[in-house]
Amino acid sequence: MHIMEGFLPWQWCVFWYLVSAPFIAYGIHLLNRQVKENRETLSLLAVSGAFIFLLSSLKMPSPVVGSCSHPTGTGLSTVLFGPFITCVLSLIVLIFQALFMAHGGITTLGANVFSMGIAGPLLGYAVYRLGKAVNLNIFVNIFLVTFVADLFTYVVTSIELAAAFPATHGGFLISFATFFAIYAITQVPLAILEGVLIAMVFKYIVQSRADILVKLKVLTPEQVAKIMESFA
Amino acid sequence: MNFKTLMKYKLEIIFAVVIVVFAVVFLIQNANIQATAKPGQETWQGSDDMGSAAIEATGYTPWIQPLWTPPSTEVESLLFSIQSGLGALVIGYFFGYYRGKRECPKSS
Repeated sequence: MHIMEGFLPWQWCVFWYLVSAPFIAYGIHLLNRQVKENRETLSLLAVSGAFIFLLSSLKMPSPVVGSCSHPTGTGLSTVLFGPFITCVLSLIVLIFQALFMAHGGITTLGANVFSMGIAGPLLGYAVYRLGKAVNLNIFVNIFLVTFVADLFTYVVTSIELAAAFPATHGGFLISFATFFAIYAITQVPLAILEGVLIAMVFKYIVQSRADILVKLKVLTPEQVAKIMESFA
Repeated sequence: MNFKTLMKYKLEIIFAVVIVVFAVVFLIQNANIQATAKPGQETWQGSDDMGSAAIEATGYTPWIQPLWTPPSTEVESLLFSIQSGLGALVIGYFFGYYRGKRECPKSS
């Protein structure tokens, strides 16, 4: 999903910076409040950020089309801390990769943070709330959130590139189909793998720090008791 | 191993099955790709690089270069490994810390 340095016309760089800025500003505000008022949640915040760091560094072969891509790792922090804090965590990872690996770029940072840190987690969070409303099993819910946040990131990258580079014949849609085939189809198996991984990790978090999950309103004490019992 | 123990580890079992399926599909697909690839053709490239290539194919040239580019793919994979390592370090530290606290609750 990384758009490389210089691979967006400058007008689009400015546009995506402007679109992303309010989300980042609100995210930083929420993050500050979280750090000041809920210090006991900091360890899980670090773990969520570390999962973005870890998973987004793994370039994995995607058996569908024979190319490589990487997961985004944003599912866990979307569920625990919401989409706005997740976009700040993603921003840190994207700056790290842009500066040290020439992967992504500073000019394209706005577009990249929009796809990975904002659009993916926002849709993931909508799935999470919907799942909660219909009383979906929390592990299935987390699988779906992670899957959607990962896959939608790549769909949005395809949209960003199709908007900047519409095909001469056929325009946006033809161009979107090209980028969708490169980015999003590759991503499906990786998103499944990531979803299963994060659902499993969530079990360990329930077993270690259920108190924080209750505080973050991810689970009720009754749900915690039920989960503990089913894995005892 | 009885059914109850299996259920206790059902998430781990699902994860292991998914990994094995993933690896098997990869090996089959890789055999197909290697059999049909032309000599010298690069296989399993990154989708990010394919995206950049598709943009350049439209006649676009990037208007700015990265400030610093890893001089080889070896150096680049080193940097990506450092990134994974940092993430794994933090995850392992806190899960170990949680476990220690759980088993030794009084010493907090």
